[in-house]
Amino acid sequence: MNGWLLAIVQTGLLIAAAPFLAGWVKWVKCRLQSRQGPPPWQPYRDLHRLFGKEVVVAAVASPIFRSAPYLIFSVTALACSVVPLVAIGLPTTAIADVIVLVGFFALGRFFLALAGMDIGTSFGGMGASREMTIASLAEPAMLLGVFTLAMTVHSTNLASMISYLLENPFQLYPSFVFAAMGMVLVAVAETGRIPIDNPATHLELTMVHEAMILEYSGRHLALMEWAAMLKLMIYSVLLVNLFCPWGLVVDYTPPALLQGLLVVTVKVLLLGTILAFAETALAKMRLFRVPQYLALAFILCLLGILSHVILEVN
Amino acid sequence: MALTQLSLAEQLVLTLAALILFTSFLLLAQNRIVSLIHTFAWQGVLLFVTTCLMAANSGRHHLFISAGLTLALKVFFIPWQLRRLVIKLDIRRDVEVVGGPSLVMIAGGVLVLFSYYVVLPIRELSFLASRNTIAISLAVILIGMLMIITRRKAVAQVIGFMSLENGLFFAAVVATYGMPMVVELGIAFDVLVAAILFGIFFFQLRSGIGSLDVDHLNRLHEVDR
Repeated sequence: MNGWLLAIVQTGLLIAAAPFLAGWVKWVKCRLQSRQGPPPWQPYRDLHRLFGKEVVVAAVASPIFRSAPYLIFSVTALACSVVPLVAIGLPTTAIADVIVLVGFFALGRFFLALAGMDIGTSFGGMGASREMTIASLAEPAMLLGVFTLAMTVHSTNLASMISYLLENPFQLYPSFVFAAMGMVLVAVAETGRIPIDNPATHLELTMVHEAMILEYSGRHLALMEWAAMLKLMIYSVLLVNLFCPWGLVVDYTPPALLQGLLVVTVKVLLLGTILAFAETALAKMRLFRVPQYLALAFILCLLGILSHVILEVN
Repeated sequence: MALTQLSLAEQLVLTLAALILFTSFLLLAQNRIVSLIHTFAWQGVLLFVTTCLMAANSGRHHLFISAGLTLALKVFFIPWQLRRLVIKLDIRRDVEVVGGPSLVMIAGGVLVLFSYYVVLPIRELSFLASRNTIAISLAVILIGMLMIITRRKAVAQVIGFMSLENGLFFAAVVATYGMPMVVELGIAFDVLVAAILFGIFFFQLRSGIGSLDVDHLNRLHEVDR
C-alpha cells in the first residue's frame, strides 16, 4: 500500500517537475548567451495561459487530431510511472521494463505523426516524415544501448538494473562508457534538442517537432508541449539514474526519501546545465547529416555490446 | 576472471582499450584531414596513458620509457609533422569522401568480431588481467588496414598505417608487458623515419601527378594515349 502511494506521488512529481527542467535549460542557455531570459518557472505560466485559451480546430480535422493530445500525454505520463525517480522497487516499476518504455515512446510518436499529417498542411507532413525518419534510426541504437546494460545486469527491468548497480560498489564497466555516450546521443535526437531539432523555433523550414504541432492551439497545444517536456524529463532521469545511480532510495523512510529527492534534483539540474552548455556550443545540424549522427550512436552502442563480450565476460 | 574481481586500475586499462578501439572507428569515419590528425594524436594519448598504467601496475619500469617514446613521437612529433605538411601542401580544407561511411563502419564492426574469434585460443596462453584486450589490439590493426584500403588520399593512408602501428604496440604492451627495449627502440625510430620519408613522398607525389589522390597512379602509362 505504502509502495503504491509512493509510486503515485513519484509519478506526479515527475510530471509536475518536467516544465521546470525545460525552463531551467532555457534559462541557463539565455544566461550563457548574456541574455536575461525568462525565469525557470515560465513554462508553468505558459501552460496555464494555454489551458485558459479557446481551442481552434481546422474544419477538416478528424477525431484523431482531437484525441491525439490526450493520448500522447497519457502515454507519456504512463511512461513516467515506469521510471524510478527517487526510490526503486516500487510496484509500478515491476509492471514494465525498458523495452515497454521504448514501446510507449513509439506509440506516442505514432499518434504524433498521425496528428501532424491529419490536417493535410505541408508543414505537418514534412515534420511527421522527418520525425519517423529520425525515430527509425534512433530506436535501434536506443535498444542496443539498453541491451548492453541488460547484458551486464542480467535484466531489462529498470528497478532491478539499478539495484544491481547499487549493490555492487564502484565498478568501471567499459561497455557502460559506450552505452552512456550512445544513449546521450539518442536522447538528444529523441527529445529534439539542438544538433537535431531546435526547440526554440516556431517557423523554420528545418523544424521537426514544432512542424507537427503547428496546427494545435489552446489546451491541445498545452498537452502536446507538456508531453514533450515530460519526454526530456524522462530521458534525463533515465540517464542520471542508470549511469550514476548513487543516491536512490531503497528503504522508504521520510528522511531517506527527502535525501534521495535532493540528490536526484541536483543530478538532473546538473545534466540540464550540461545540455544548455552543449546547445550553446553546437550549431544545428543539416537534416541530411542526422543519419550520420545516429549511425555514430548506433556504432557506439554496438561497440558497447562488443566490448562487453570481449572484455567483461570471463 | 570476471570484471568485478579486477582492481580499479585493471578495469581502467580495459576501459582505455575500448576507448582506443573507439578512436580507431573515429579515424575510419572522419573525413576532414586536420581532425583526422587530431584523432590520431588522441589515440596516442590513450596509448600513452594505458602504457603508463601497465607500467605502474606491473612495476616494470622500462615500460615508462616506451610510454615516453609514444608520447614524444605519436602524440607530438608525428601529428605536428603531418599538420605542417598539410598546411604546406595547402590541403587543410580538403574533405575526403569516405565511400559509403556506414558500410565501412559495419565492416569495422565485423573486423572486431573476427578478431575476437581469432584471438580466443591465443588468449588462453596469457595470464595477465589485460589478456582480453589482445582481441581489441588485433581489431585496431585490422581497422588500420581497412582504412588504408578505403582511403584514397595519401595523408589518410599514412595515418591508417600509423594507427596500425599503434595497434601492434598496444598488443605488445597488454599481452607481454612490452617488447624487449632494443626492438621497441628500433620500431620507434622506424616510425620516425617513415614519418619523415612519407613527407618527402607526399611532395614527390604532388609534383609527379599533381594530386595526393593515389587513384591517379592507376592511370599512369608509359605512353600517353
